[in-house]
Amino acid sequence: MKKAAWMAGCALALSILGAAGAQAETTLRIMWYSDGNEGEVMNDLLRRFEEKNKDVKVVLDQVPFKAINETLPVQLASGKGPDLARITDMGGLAPYLLDIRSHVKDAVYWEQNYGPFLQWMRVPGNTSAIPGYMTQLTVTGPFVNKTLFEQAGVAMPGANATWEDWAKAAKAVADKVQAPFPVAFDRSGHRFFGLAVSQGAQMAEAGGELKPVDDGFKRAAKLVVDWHKSGVMSKELWGAVSGTAYRGANEEFKNAQVVFYESGSWQTAQFDKTIGDAFDWIAVPTPCGPANCSGMPGGAALVALKTSSHPAEVGRLLDYLASEEVANEFYARTLFVPGHIGLARKGIAYTSASPQAAAALKVFGDAVGKLDPVAYRIQGDPSSRIVFNAAISRLGQVVVGETSLDDAYQRISADVAQQIAERRKKQ
Amino acid sequence: MTDTMRSHGEAARGPSAAVAAVTTGSANTLMRLTDPPMRAVQRLIGAARMPYVFLLPNLVFFGLFVFLPIGINIVFSVTGGTALFPGERPYAGAEHYARLLDCGSYLDAASCREDLFWRGVGNTLTFTVLQMVAMVLFSLVTALVLNRPIRGRGFFRAVYFFPVLLSPVVVALIWKWILQRDGLLNAVLTTAGGEKILFFVDPGWAMFWAVFVSVWAHMGFYTLILLAGLQAIPRDVYEAAEMDGTRPWRVFHRITLPLLWPNLLVVLVLVLIRSVQVFDEVFVLTGGGPGTATLMVVQYIYTTAFANQVQNFGLAGAASVLLGAVLFVLTLIQLFLTRRRAS
Repeated sequence: MKKAAWMAGCALALSILGAAGAQAETTLRIMWYSDGNEGEVMNDLLRRFEEKNKDVKVVLDQVPFKAINETLPVQLASGKGPDLARITDMGGLAPYLLDIRSHVKDAVYWEQNYGPFLQWMRVPGNTSAIPGYMTQLTVTGPFVNKTLFEQAGVAMPGANATWEDWAKAAKAVADKVQAPFPVAFDRSGHRFFGLAVSQGAQMAEAGGELKPVDDGFKRAAKLVVDWHKSGVMSKELWGAVSGTAYRGANEEFKNAQVVFYESGSWQTAQFDKTIGDAFDWIAVPTPCGPANCSGMPGGAALVALKTSSHPAEVGRLLDYLASEEVANEFYARTLFVPGHIGLARKGIAYTSASPQAAAALKVFGDAVGKLDPVAYRIQGDPSSRIVFNAAISRLGQVVVGETSLDDAYQRISADVAQQIAERRKKQ
Repeated sequence: MTDTMRSHGEAARGPSAAVAAVTTGSANTLMRLTDPPMRAVQRLIGAARMPYVFLLPNLVFFGLFVFLPIGINIVFSVTGGTALFPGERPYAGAEHYARLLDCGSYLDAASCREDLFWRGVGNTLTFTVLQMVAMVLFSLVTALVLNRPIRGRGFFRAVYFFPVLLSPVVVALIWKWILQRDGLLNAVLTTAGGEKILFFVDPGWAMFWAVFVSVWAHMGFYTLILLAGLQAIPRDVYEAAEMDGTRPWRVFHRITLPLLWPNLLVVLVLVLIRSVQVFDEVFVLTGGGPGTATLMVVQYIYTTAFANQVQNFGLAGAASVLLGAVLFVLTLIQLFLTRRRAS
């Protein structure tokens, strides 16, 4: 009896040890934010990766977008962080990104399909690092409530219409149908630069110093301020909060309160899901300014981080996710504009999209080809978010009448110079 | 006494007696365990120094979580760059303080190099003055009413205290939903034939609601302090005044207010300190807007340290030290007033 008990105990201990041995040896953590269903889709893909790679377990930590911008940089600066993260401020976080070139199977595939965007993730001067891949390429552009135009009996501006044409038409519609927001821009420096680039903003360097405020910038800033004064834009978005706070108008658009909404391609999936057949909405090409008809590119990348203790496994995971087949499924199911050159050329079959979402994605896809090189350069500049934040913070003050445009220009230049100087300080 | 009666008696003493027995037993065991080492320590350092041994756990706790962060903050305030570890940060001396204090006129934020800091200072001062007046006034009136023998007094005390239990973020979110464009208040206004008011776009309304919500959320706590003070005033003083035919206002002015003064002082100082530190409620409710109309000093510190791409811990640290100095002075004033009153 005693012997039997001993044997049973040993068998139990061995089975526990065996089970532990069969479990994953490496756990990778991804810090991830979602605008729509991309977290759900990514989880599906990760489970498939785990089935093929029994030695790796991947945990997707879903956090608010604010945590990506505010918490992650502090974690990385302290040397503690996840293995991977989905980020948008690629230039700002470039010093913390891990180069996985030596851990991917085919670096040429990465260069050919993600090459132009890899440059956004590299520290200045580096031309070879492969820190991650684009989970989504975004492009700014307007959504229009077509039903409101029809109800108001106002003709929609045609191709190559200017910003002023759309503002005039949107105001006419809003006045007739009593919509509170004729034109709405997300309270975001990135969205403001969608307008500014078309007005000729360059954000160029002169004498080693970044010049955020130029003639194009001033034209765009004046348009925004004038639109607020004339009621084309409501102060509820740009004026209602302070500093660098982001404020989107997607909820207002979904509630049919906005006639013309300048946002971007990433909103397509949620509009498709939530608006349904409540009203007709369309995406239209970015209006033209004196310089061009370009919006701003952007996007989110899933990147490897230097805080990871498992670079080989991280490389294996990214190789899997960035592969053509898996990336294609991800873009198709999330209704994202592909950040993969090969797939962009072939085109993504958005089988789950409604006809109006598919049409919107087509508009945004076409817009990618029309993006001005200046827009790409601005997006890739490591100081772009400094400029975006300074612009939105100070223009917000002008909108509510706290300061003048001229004072705001001086403050923007000073804020940008001060932050860049602070960043350059080293021990 | 029969066995049956004895067992009934024990049952009647019930679980409370059992709990007391267990507690006493545990305490005795603990004392037996700690007694020998404490005696050894006492032999080693002497009885006169024993209080410090008892204070040590709290001192360690305060040292780690209060004094050490204060020290680190001061180090950050005199260093620059974006590195997180103090050892990796270049020394900057008083640069951040000079930047914060560089003003053409302290009464005009626009003339200051770090104008947002001074806008925050101005807004915090406005908020503090308005909040102190409103909080003390409403808490006092509520306490006076709740001190009277009214029907449902216990219920009303609970009602006024309930918001204190809520998280400031929850409070701000509830009021945000009430006050927004399509919120409850505007629905009531339009139903009554009025126009919608965009409360968060008008600087005056935004500050009003920031103060109102803060008073609504915390008034219950201060009301309780004042109520305790009111109930501690001897009844015979009021009875004597009544027999003399003293008018109610005179009773309030000459009896209630002077005898309530110690509690009022505590309330005043607590409200003052809390107002200077205000952040969460106002940040969630108004986001510091419109423009910078409700941007408070603590929000400025948070934004400078965390919300910008270049996280300027040095400048934020210097602003924190200045804010800490103001709070330190306020605390000294409180101590001075309390001691003077006691003496």
